[in-house]
Amino acid sequence: MLTPAEVLNACFLETRCQLLEIGAMLDRLDRAVAPGAATKRPADERLAKIYQSLALLADRETTPDRAERLLNLFSDPA
Amino acid sequence: MQIIQPHYHGIARTTQDYERMAMSGVVAVAEPAFWAGFDRKYPETFLDYFRQISEFEPTRAAQYGIRHFCWVAVNPKEAENPPLSREVLRHMPEFFQKPTVLGVGEIGFHKTTRNEEEIFEAQIELALEHNQLILIHTPHLQDKVRGTKRTLEVLAHLRVDPQRVWIDHVEEHTIRAPLDAGYWVGFTLYPITKCSPKRAVDMLEKYGTERILVNSSADWGPSDPFTLQECIREFRRRQHTLQETLEVFHNNPCRFLGQCPKFDIQPIRVEAA
Repeated sequence: MLTPAEVLNACFLETRCQLLEIGAMLDRLDRAVAPGAATKRPADERLAKIYQSLALLADRETTPDRAERLLNLFSDPA
Repeated sequence: MQIIQPHYHGIARTTQDYERMAMSGVVAVAEPAFWAGFDRKYPETFLDYFRQISEFEPTRAAQYGIRHFCWVAVNPKEAENPPLSREVLRHMPEFFQKPTVLGVGEIGFHKTTRNEEEIFEAQIELALEHNQLILIHTPHLQDKVRGTKRTLEVLAHLRVDPQRVWIDHVEEHTIRAPLDAGYWVGFTLYPITKCSPKRAVDMLEKYGTERILVNSSADWGPSDPFTLQECIREFRRRQHTLQETLEVFHNNPCRFLGQCPKFDIQPIRVEAA
């Protein structure tokens, strides 16, 4: 198993890149909203799940099963 | 579609790259002088490298019908050694006479040190003295903001024509200032550490296409020359016309590089204006 420093060394740049892609996608979505539209963003369940995911990831005091919870979040009810 | 790859390190790539680029529509590449992955000890090593990119590499590209142009310079990382750099600079004018050398590049900052700045200024002065185009590298990752800011400060004190200067590797946080000051800027598409094809198209949509060049760089590190084609596909997928695509990926390189008369490829128009 890798040490914490080794995990960061191996994954920091890749994670930075993935975060940038998420930020850029949300920017793209905002720019795609027609000027003068009544709502800023479409009422789309997929978008709601993206923001729920970001909230889940932002919680540092949690258990190391984030990937599993994200997949459950994106799953249909059993 | 005809494509120009304006920043490509052919010496670090296989000949198969040229074959596949030719099959995908690439008609010309331009190869800046860069860091070889280790610090060279002798000026003569640089001069042989300049011979390689100005004499040999064009013959390799020509096998597949691709025009090959290049730039000569001491790259920012090795500019940390001023005595070695100055000896190389003494010989660079010999290469300005070569039929495919377009200018001085890539120069600029790596860690934004005093030594780097001394050689950066010396190379700009040399380019101005010999009426050469200038290609500027901006630092990677966390050094990019500081290095770009200092680059613009250095340029502001020299008598450069912004239209003849290309500031490369800009991203969302460094694009505005160089564009506002009248320089050309470049997006470099790298798998992890620079700009992605989708983000490049985002910036084209946000800032327009004027004075913007898109390239893959493609060197000996993790990189892929076909990120450029990936960017073209994304640009077309977002419903930009063929002519708009040509303007960015063929005609803009013609406009910037064509300021050097040796670069004689002309812009293409396929749709009525």
